[in-house]
Amino acid sequence: MTTRKVLAAMAIAGLAASQPVSAADAGGAIIAAQCNGCHGFEGASKGVVPALNGKPALLLSQAMKDFKSGARKGTIMNRIAKGYTDGEMDNVAQYYSGIK
Amino acid sequence: MTMNRRNFIKAVGAAGAASGLSLAGHSFAGSKSGGGHVVVIGGGAGGATCAKYIRHLDSNVKVTVVEPKTEFATCFMSNWVIGGLKDQEWITHGYADWSKKHGINVVHDTAVSIDPATKMVKTKGGQSIKYDRCVVSPGVDLRYDTIEGYDAAAAEKVPHAWHAGPQTALLRKQLEAMPDGGTFVIASPPNPFRCPPGPYERASLVANYFKTNKPKSKILVLDAKDKFSKQGLFVAGWEKHYGYGTDNSMIEWRPKASDGTARAVKADSRTVVTEFDEIKADVLNVIPAQKAGHIAEVAGLTDESGWCPVDHLTWESKLHKDIHVIGDAAIQKPLPKSGYAANSEAKVCAAAIVALLNGKSPVAPSWVNTCYSLVAPTYGISVAMVYNYVDGKVAKVKGSGGVTPKDGNFTMEAIYAESWYKNIIDDMFG
Ligand SMILES: Cc1cc2nc3c(=O)[nH]c(=O)nc-3n(C[C@H](O)[C@H](O)[C@H](O)COP(=O)(O)OP(=O)(O)OC[C@H]3O[C@@H](n4cnc5c(N)ncnc54)[C@H](O)[C@@H]3O)c2cc1C
Ligand code: HEC
Repeated sequence: MTTRKVLAAMAIAGLAASQPVSAADAGGAIIAAQCNGCHGFEGASKGVVPALNGKPALLLSQAMKDFKSGARKGTIMNRIAKGYTDGEMDNVAQYYSGIK
Repeated sequence: MTMNRRNFIKAVGAAGAASGLSLAGHSFAGSKSGGGHVVVIGGGAGGATCAKYIRHLDSNVKVTVVEPKTEFATCFMSNWVIGGLKDQEWITHGYADWSKKHGINVVHDTAVSIDPATKMVKTKGGQSIKYDRCVVSPGVDLRYDTIEGYDAAAAEKVPHAWHAGPQTALLRKQLEAMPDGGTFVIASPPNPFRCPPGPYERASLVANYFKTNKPKSKILVLDAKDKFSKQGLFVAGWEKHYGYGTDNSMIEWRPKASDGTARAVKADSRTVVTEFDEIKADVLNVIPAQKAGHIAEVAGLTDESGWCPVDHLTWESKLHKDIHVIGDAAIQKPLPKSGYAANSEAKVCAAAIVALLNGKSPVAPSWVNTCYSLVAPTYGISVAMVYNYVDGKVAKVKGSGGVTPKDGNFTMEAIYAESWYKNIIDDMFG
């Protein structure tokens, strides 16, 4: 591979910018992966369900907590949110907010 | 973004895809250097997700998927096709772009053996593929031995449509050809089986089709069980849409206790035989009992139940080291045999494999399952659950999950069901 191609590669990867995730520093990534089935790969929804990627962490974690408490009513998120602790929600929110 | 070695390799992978320089097609020797080689058997809900996530988590790991089909038709949403809401193309997805994009080597062949001692997968086409870790996600095989007179040849006349593709198209064609006033009979299997709400969603969407196109027709569901998934919600939906429980009901459900178990089939006359009855159908759909896909059995991964015992932390087989089993073939309880669960397990398995190949311990896993079903085109219902890892096993997180509440928004659930499909397909094949 020529230098030019390598640079092009780096530029493209920069644009694609998927979050580097390893199992070791997974944090919210492990739980977030489980949300992707409904919210799309890396939270970038292709359907009418809201996308989560790049949204402010506070907005995401507060939404989850409101679904859990019932302060916000959804079709399914109330049932999902009850499966997580506040700490887990904060981690997931942090993870998704970091994906552009 | 800082560029470490891992990102750099990922970058090269992305550029390869973007410039048409494919990483696929390289011969993967399966040495430990450079992250190791994972061979995934089956490119369905479990296998495709697992392959993609391994590459996403660590692009040093080489991944080969062995899958005979060049296009994969999802079972999920195949009832929408059978009911005429969508066409076959909508549920069919190719591997070519995906394999390039993620640098996944796809071998279109059938795995015929897995040797845990030499760590070698052999294919029908004569290839030998060495692995460091193998992932087996072959889905289910139908237990033809449980219904007399029913086999693969009979299924050409009396479809099961429990593997999507030609079987889906065949059942749809038969329903289209059926005269008004005919009877459509579904024989529903005993537990455990792929997609617990599936037969009842099928009955619903065929009823919807009949309602507008063949209003004098009837549906009889013969069941080898006395209760079924989301039963309360299905029944409420059937009452609302199909006159269930009245003399004019389009759908009749006959449980096991009322002689609902199909024991034999006469394919030529589309007749199904129960203990005390013989019912001639105009269109007959027989869904037999199931077991793990054949390769799992051949590879010695199944126990006497016909399914594969696994360690839920890593989904590694309890019978053979370095071989992981996910999806319908695995003993996944309390997770159901669903596409969402297969996708969920695939990610836990991918993370565990990447950790293990890097000499690290697997991270504590977490799972989700959701099954949406349509009762009518704008009337959806769902069941959901969050799971964690307790005492070495998958466990339901107390207080989470459950079914759509009685006063739920069924229209929004139907809208979100389609959105779910787009996103899980994106997650698997995007
Ligand atoms: C009618 C119906 C409706 C459904 N609806 C839903 C739904 O709404 N939601 C939901 O979550 N789930 C649904 N499901 C369930 C879902 O389809 C399965 O649970 C899911 O596909 C299981 O994934 P898997 O990877 O185990 O198997 P599959 O997705 O079936 O993939 C297995 C793959 O392995 C390949 N294979 C088999 N043997 C070999 C071999 N020896 N070598 C190489 N490749 C091999 C096969 O060709 C196949 O492509 C539905 C199922 C049906 C039948
Ligand atoms: C079964 C599908 C499904 C799963 C699984 C799921 N979601 Fe959702 N999510 C939805 C739907 C549908 C909505 C819209 C609200 C509703 O109807 O419940 C939503 C809404 C949200 C919102 C509000 C977004 C906004 O901008 O208003 C957040 C935040 C969210 N989900 C986070 C998550 C997280 C985090 C997970 C994983 C732990 C998750 N979801 C898993 C379907 C799902």
